[in-house]
Amino acid sequence: MSSDAITMPGVNIDDRAWVDVLHRWLTTVDHKRLGILYILYALFFLLVAGAEALIIRIQLIHSHNDFVSPQVFNRMFTMHGTTMIFFVVMPVLFGFANYLVPLMIGARDMAFPRLNAFSFWLTALGGFLLYFSFVGANGLYGAGNAPDVGWWAYAPLTARAFSPGHSSDYWTLALLVSGFGSIGTAINIIATILCLRCPGMTLNRMPLFAWLNLVMSGLVLIALTPLSAAQIMLLIDRYLGGHFFDAQAGGSAALWMHFFWIFGHPEVYILIIPAFAFMSEIIPVFSRKPIFGYPIMVAATIAIGFVSMSVWAHHLFTIGMSSYANSFFTITSMVIGVPTGIKIFNWLGTMWGGKIQFKVPMLFCIGFLFQFLIGGLTGIMQATAPVDWQLSLSYFVVAHFHYIIVGGIIFALFAAFYYWYPKITGRMLSETLGKWHFWLFLIGFHLTFDLMHIPGLLGMPRRIYTYEPGRGWDTLNLLITVGAFIQGIAIMIFVANLVISYFKGDVAGNDPWDAWTLEWSVSSPPPAYNFATIPVVESRRPLWDVKHPEDPDSRYE
Amino acid sequence: MTAIPIPFPQRPETWNLPYRGKVAMASLIIGESAIFTIFVVAYLFYLGKSVSGPTPREVLTPPILFTIFLLSSSATIHFATRFLERNKVGPFLGFWLFTIALGASFLYGTAREWQRLIYGHGLTISTNLFGTTYYSLVGLHAFHVSVGLVMLCLVAIFTMLGGVDSEQSRRVGVLSMYWHFVDAVWVVVFTVVYIVGR
Repeated sequence: MSSDAITMPGVNIDDRAWVDVLHRWLTTVDHKRLGILYILYALFFLLVAGAEALIIRIQLIHSHNDFVSPQVFNRMFTMHGTTMIFFVVMPVLFGFANYLVPLMIGARDMAFPRLNAFSFWLTALGGFLLYFSFVGANGLYGAGNAPDVGWWAYAPLTARAFSPGHSSDYWTLALLVSGFGSIGTAINIIATILCLRCPGMTLNRMPLFAWLNLVMSGLVLIALTPLSAAQIMLLIDRYLGGHFFDAQAGGSAALWMHFFWIFGHPEVYILIIPAFAFMSEIIPVFSRKPIFGYPIMVAATIAIGFVSMSVWAHHLFTIGMSSYANSFFTITSMVIGVPTGIKIFNWLGTMWGGKIQFKVPMLFCIGFLFQFLIGGLTGIMQATAPVDWQLSLSYFVVAHFHYIIVGGIIFALFAAFYYWYPKITGRMLSETLGKWHFWLFLIGFHLTFDLMHIPGLLGMPRRIYTYEPGRGWDTLNLLITVGAFIQGIAIMIFVANLVISYFKGDVAGNDPWDAWTLEWSVSSPPPAYNFATIPVVESRRPLWDVKHPEDPDSRYE
Repeated sequence: MTAIPIPFPQRPETWNLPYRGKVAMASLIIGESAIFTIFVVAYLFYLGKSVSGPTPREVLTPPILFTIFLLSSSATIHFATRFLERNKVGPFLGFWLFTIALGASFLYGTAREWQRLIYGHGLTISTNLFGTTYYSLVGLHAFHVSVGLVMLCLVAIFTMLGGVDSEQSRRVGVLSMYWHFVDAVWVVVFTVVYIVGR
């Protein structure tokens, strides 16, 4: 980026050989380019993991189906879960954080640009390792290729005796490597936010996006590292003959469960907090009101961060814990609903009395609010230990967490794409295609995941390869699969929209949404140096102050 | 490529933000603490659960001398960075090399102990649960000491080549934070392995 960094306005720099362009992208340390790389990488894996989901759904479309073998089915649900969490949602959130945090706080780059590039390429290597298992993991004869132990890889499934060959090793290494990348990015985001804010931007004036990503990064530091530690233990078991999770030598399979979920549940909040960040930026702009209850939003986020560290064992009610442990984790899991509820209340408070503009980003936000609430309520249901004993490991659980991850996080991500795409590319996404995308995805989503609760309640276990006819599951599963395909079509429309609008979309200008945060003060796409002069701010909405000098926010804060 | 012409407000008179290196190292230390916590929990959880010997009580003796070496290296690195802040490069290098010597002798102590355990008592990482948890916890710490030593040696070489003066004291201070962390972790590991665990 050294030569780009001094590009003068109006000078055409686009006539370069494609090798030069490629070299520039591969060696870049610019936070915006790395952000785009993260996002494109995640979109690629979204298509891959989506295809895996469709394979799972085709297999379950009717009873006694044999579209794929049981072995392949196991690989598909393992790869779908692992890919979606670690190589779709994490990278895309880091991509947006990378792209937007420096722009929002008035900085020219992240605190450590080279660490930033290093983290991205570690994450990229992780995804490559995971998928290289399809060709590289065939160890002993008949050992199978891709990982097939489920995304939480419970012991002793991962022990050498039960997972010969190298499939589990690829799974472990992929997560370890990408985990180190995530820790690097988290450190970078924290240092950027704490050390590079432009003059006047006190913590109290930071956009909520920056605040929430700060909390998310803190959670990455304390929640992702236990997973790395557990992966190291698993590697010691598999390669050095250790006994951490080897029950025959006194080791404990339950310890792996605890270690995994000490990571696994905060991970949910690592994923959802950036989705909250998107909501907190987009809803005010399309309601034409400042965010309702800014300090409470910050406090609620920090509260979620803390409480999320003490809820993990609600994933383990069925392994037989003491009644005290069951009560404790039931209570904490319900308590975490309080700050989350405060957030929903505040977003509604922001919309209340506002002049709501139903543009595509706002449609996705409203979808998010509705679905996230329902997903949260089924979460509260399962936080109750006796209910969980009944529902655990059933399709009800699958429906619940897809309601959060698809209905919440993915909807928020689509809102973010429609909202910031003009800033990133300089072109607007098509509203028409966007509305097709929204409505088809909404219908597909509800068809799939609303109905999926019912076979769960009827006792259909998750991860089963096939099922007997005559249990009342067939029609439901057929409709669920139809919904999955409708979602697939909607995603295709979205991808087409991304591509077509890049070439043919309306020119966006600096500030297409009449928004208030600093990224909209620079050109679209922003120049390599972001800000010609480092801005100075006096309120939470610096661009409002500029546009309305007669009535600036700084007068009231 | 033009920005909205913005009459931004006046720059505040004082605007001091923390040093990014310090914040990043503090973040790394928080993350590393979580990793060590998991290994410590595993060690404590598996105490007395080995199905075969040897047991900690039979084979472990507290390495008090080497512990004193490592902990005193925190003091020497502190003095070293203080000298560097006042641009006294000679005393800085002296204390810095002393720190390296103390850290290296600690590693030597660990190596001797492992040699005794492996060849004297037949305890390896795959012998029993105690071996698995002991070597991974102590080894994880020894790995961090080794990384620290490599970094300390790099700074020593740069100093001898004349590249380090008070301008670098902030960066050197970041490295010393890491070293203090490694020492603090040893206090925990020592307590868990040699006091509680026996």
